[in-house]
Amino acid sequence: MIGSPDVVAFTKEDDFGDSFSDPCSLPEEFSVPLFAHAANANPWTKTSFAKFSRDFILISEFSEQASFVGHPPGSNYPKLNFVEDSKVVLGDSKEGAFAYVHHLTLYDLEARGFVRPFCMAYISADERKIMHQFQELSSGFSKASEFLKLGNRKAFANELEKKLKDLEYTRSVLHKETELQKMNNGCYSTQAIEKANELANVEKSIYEHKDLLRQITSYPSRKRKDVDFVQHETETPGDTSVIDDTLNINHSDKTVETESESRKSSYTPQLIKGKSAKCFDKRLKTMEELCNASFFHQTLEQLNIIEKSFRGDLCLIYTSQIDRALLSKQSVTSFLFEAERDSEYGGTSKDFSISSNNPTVPILNLSGEPLSLESYTTCIDVDHVKPGVESMEGRPESSTSDITQETSEAADTETKGSFSSDKSIEAFGGFSPSSLQANYFDGLERKSKVSIASASENASGSVAVPQRTSDGNLVPMDAACCIGQDGFIFEEPLVELAQECCGDTVVNQEPLSLLHGDPALQMDYILEESALAESPNMGLTFSELNTEEVAKITIEDVSDSTSFMSASTSSDRAASPFTYGSASTLKKKKKAGHSALRFIRQYPFAQQAIFCLLSGRTLVILGVDEGTVRKLVNALFIFVPNLGKYGETVQPWLSSPFQLTDLQRWKLIGLQRAASPAGSSILHSLNRYSRYISILDCDNKTLRCPPYKGTLVSHLADHRTQIKRGSTYFLHVQGMLTQLIAKAFLYTFCHHIHLPMDINDQGSVTSRRTNFLLQLGYTVEESKIVQYLSELIKQHYIQGSSKGANQSFCFNYTTSYLYKI
Amino acid sequence: MLRWILGGREAQGTVESAALFIGEEQPKNCFTEMQVLKGHFDIVRFLVQIDDLRFASAGDDGLVLIWNVETGDCLFALRCHTQQITAMTSYTFIRGGNAHTALLTASSDRTLSLWDPDSGNRVQNISDLQSSVKCLLVLVRLDVWLSGGNELCVWNRDFELQCKTVHHSDAGISAMVELPKNFIAAAMDKEIVIFKLNLSGSDIAVMAMRHLADHQDTIHSLIHINDGLFASGSHIGELIIWDSVDWTIQSYEHILWEEPARDSQSEFRLNPQKQIERSIQHMSSDGEYIVAAVGSGLYVYNVLTKSVVAYRRIAHDSNVLHTVLQQDGRLMSCSEDGSVRMWELQDLPLPAEPASSGFFGMFGTFGRSSKQTGPPAKKIPEVPGLRSLELIGDLIGHSGAVQMFLSFKEKGLVTCSTDHLLIIWKDGELQSQLRSLAVFQKLEENQEL
Repeated sequence: MIGSPDVVAFTKEDDFGDSFSDPCSLPEEFSVPLFAHAANANPWTKTSFAKFSRDFILISEFSEQASFVGHPPGSNYPKLNFVEDSKVVLGDSKEGAFAYVHHLTLYDLEARGFVRPFCMAYISADERKIMHQFQELSSGFSKASEFLKLGNRKAFANELEKKLKDLEYTRSVLHKETELQKMNNGCYSTQAIEKANELANVEKSIYEHKDLLRQITSYPSRKRKDVDFVQHETETPGDTSVIDDTLNINHSDKTVETESESRKSSYTPQLIKGKSAKCFDKRLKTMEELCNASFFHQTLEQLNIIEKSFRGDLCLIYTSQIDRALLSKQSVTSFLFEAERDSEYGGTSKDFSISSNNPTVPILNLSGEPLSLESYTTCIDVDHVKPGVESMEGRPESSTSDITQETSEAADTETKGSFSSDKSIEAFGGFSPSSLQANYFDGLERKSKVSIASASENASGSVAVPQRTSDGNLVPMDAACCIGQDGFIFEEPLVELAQECCGDTVVNQEPLSLLHGDPALQMDYILEESALAESPNMGLTFSELNTEEVAKITIEDVSDSTSFMSASTSSDRAASPFTYGSASTLKKKKKAGHSALRFIRQYPFAQQAIFCLLSGRTLVILGVDEGTVRKLVNALFIFVPNLGKYGETVQPWLSSPFQLTDLQRWKLIGLQRAASPAGSSILHSLNRYSRYISILDCDNKTLRCPPYKGTLVSHLADHRTQIKRGSTYFLHVQGMLTQLIAKAFLYTFCHHIHLPMDINDQGSVTSRRTNFLLQLGYTVEESKIVQYLSELIKQHYIQGSSKGANQSFCFNYTTSYLYKI
Repeated sequence: MLRWILGGREAQGTVESAALFIGEEQPKNCFTEMQVLKGHFDIVRFLVQIDDLRFASAGDDGLVLIWNVETGDCLFALRCHTQQITAMTSYTFIRGGNAHTALLTASSDRTLSLWDPDSGNRVQNISDLQSSVKCLLVLVRLDVWLSGGNELCVWNRDFELQCKTVHHSDAGISAMVELPKNFIAAAMDKEIVIFKLNLSGSDIAVMAMRHLADHQDTIHSLIHINDGLFASGSHIGELIIWDSVDWTIQSYEHILWEEPARDSQSEFRLNPQKQIERSIQHMSSDGEYIVAAVGSGLYVYNVLTKSVVAYRRIAHDSNVLHTVLQQDGRLMSCSEDGSVRMWELQDLPLPAEPASSGFFGMFGTFGRSSKQTGPPAKKIPEVPGLRSLELIGDLIGHSGAVQMFLSFKEKGLVTCSTDHLLIIWKDGELQSQLRSLAVFQKLEENQEL
């Protein structure tokens, strides 16, 4: 509602300058700050030459076929190093590609040094998005990385336990054989000595593996000191805690054995040959095997969330972030018409943002832990990042990386081929950004490599091949910033169109993120947040606000263009705003804007219907055809105050008689008209409760409801409105409703009209309340709307967001009239 | 002895304006907020007020639920009775200088229980009674209580049986009222039996003193009017006012409703004034007036002047089950038709005044069909001082018969019904103001002001 994209798009620089003197303009902290940009710079130019149209996430492994030599018994084993993740920004301005790269290490018994380095990268054509959203990206990817690493430690421990079993078994077999050899050939026969050596090797191997197991199981208890990690652990679902318990116990070797025996009793140990098989024959574990399937899927989910969060234009992300930050201050009233916020995520993002709090400049996150040779993080050139830092200061068009010839070559290589081994990194010492760059754009088809493509809807959890949208795929355009260009366009015209759009009418600069924006504004949030005791995000700076909400809003904003298109082309579709249990999202609401617009044009009594909904009188839409009824419900549900997260206050299709209690919870009901006995009892219930409901008869096109006089709703629902687009109309409605909420807020929290002068002062309070509403310019009917909203605000404030099981149901005794078309 | 043939041929529709359906505009109806209480699994028949804040409900599911009238929270569910509750009353006694209110319940499972509504515990219990108890009466003055079934038993506070009467007829005692000088009047089928409680030291004895057999049919209602009078009403509409001391009849009214002449063109004109008897299901009194629920009608009688004050032959669409006379000349009734109606005693308009037609405006296809289609007519009252009973509001919510209601004054009105629900009806404006106060109080607590 606030800081909507339309506002951004229509703001001219001149207007903005003037607005400072205008007393009626928005307070400064609510306005969208403009970035001090070079004049006439095209905000889309910097992304126009990228070879991909959408951001994507790539997961890649630094593979070395030769390095996966396994670990034959008897050979030296390294100590495990628990390396912190490192986060870097890399760029290729020639390719127009910029990436946030998150490095992590997973353990694999068969890998050299037991480690397999991976990186997850968010690749975008917009450099500033990567730079400015670094912290948000970092916290998002840290979360994904934690899932992977947690699962990996579990899987690795399991693997070790199995291996230990094998070794124990092998030892017992060898022992028997040695005894046999001694018996047959004497103690000093060649065979006996050979066997004894073999036995000694196995013994050593057992010792080493036990040590490894000890190391890996001791990890969580060490890490638990970290606040964020603890919180993370607690919020991961049930199976995690079980794992934690098993990992957490400070194992002595014996307990490990006994415990693992009881736990993995089904496992039959296998004999391990003295000399291991050729390591090259071994199939490498896939990421899913490495990380335990459930954690792997959690990771994929998290990556989906990240992709949704950062999809779209940077200004859109900023706008929604501002929007969200402002809304978080309105917890008293935002429940009325705003899409419900997922407050749980506020906590989770907090956990991770702590770790990413310190480095405001994306440099290497050098952890306190000693880095071993195997740790690749040391190898990355720190200098390389510096241009990126500078570019933030005012050279946004500049490259963030030095492009070597090799880089561009590597980047030019077409994507479908598999990664050739000569490009592979032989040793991390020789690792360079350019080769890393090559990894990004290389469609590695190795099974161990996972890429989450932009089309994140296919979150089947399977290992996906990197998708490219270069072959003319339909891409929903990030059109919210352009003037009303809803719908699909091919990506080729996108560039041209975008360039057309940035004429005089469009602001050619994007809003600045709060993080880097007006320090006063930012400070305001910090203060406000900590001051508000009720706020769920108490004490959080803006950067700590959760990414999920960004995700939700962004994806919805972006995909609205799609949904609008589908709504308008297939208008007869019986689109229901809700499927049971699904959240009522902003996307659905915007989609409903179109239906609402058509309803207003079609039905002259739309204002009365909307008045009923706003004043809390249940509206029953009665009809034979389910599709028609659902369509009307879909058109009207945006006017239902306190819709609820899952649209609990709306029942789109009911084919049984409703009860009194139903009127209490449902404010908009789609009801089946049927000739059956059930139908007649439905009519009976309609008749019985007629004083509490308004009835919109789809079939006869009539509305029976109390009369409405006033201008408020006619502004809201003018059938001669010039608004053409559903999403625009939705924003118009949101704007009007915001005004209404502001009045309801004022009415609710004005002391002098509610507090009695003395104990027996009920009458004067009543008259003061009435007079106050009249002074606000409301008619009697409109006062009912404000009073209803005020009651909702009061109940919400008193009871908190948790809905009381026993809510009261308010009504009025007013005469209804029948309106016809 | 008077025979009231109400709504007779001459007086047809005399004082009844036809506007029984009040319409949706009800300015005098302050109940603009409701709260539906769920908890029972069968018909809810009894409501008993415990204190200013709490009440108990009970019914055919054997459950006794204790509620907070302000919040609508169910405080306790008292489960022990295996069959329907047949009687419930509150029992206030002094213990340790403080008044305690407990709850007495009787059930068809032939048990009697005493409950502590503060803890939800069953304090006392008696099972294996010879018959189930149909009515309970607490004598605060003597600190004993009586149970009436097939026999009359007298109990002390500790649930010890003090004495009982011999076995009565199968009909048993259906209602009891306390009379002065330790006498008790009990309704048994067509008779009213006067019992005397003899107190000698700590022993109590009970004996039947008199049988009053003036009613022609089963007595459904027996109420206390004031210190000098009590009243009884029977199945055929006999209303008798008795003297509390010497048990003589002060007044006898036989209320007969005339069958409504449905159609003037009817062929059954020969017998247009068929008089029908309607049962008196319930009566209530404020000491001066009695309101009796007679069939689906209401009848208001002044015991001081011994004259009818107002009546309405058809006050509800179905039998009236419970009535209450309020202080301000208003009364309430609830009925099997599922509604509660509020009435106001109004002076009849002068004869010259044109009759105001009731509001019939129903719009749309869902209009409620009005029972009365005849033209409204107000004629000169044939009885001097006769007033009219005007409908000022109705409460529609229950989908079954409204069994009983209980008023908490400004805190609201509780209704219980066959549909297993209870509804608290509240003054929306007052509630809104209370919520505002709560908001400012919370703001102050959170220091957000």
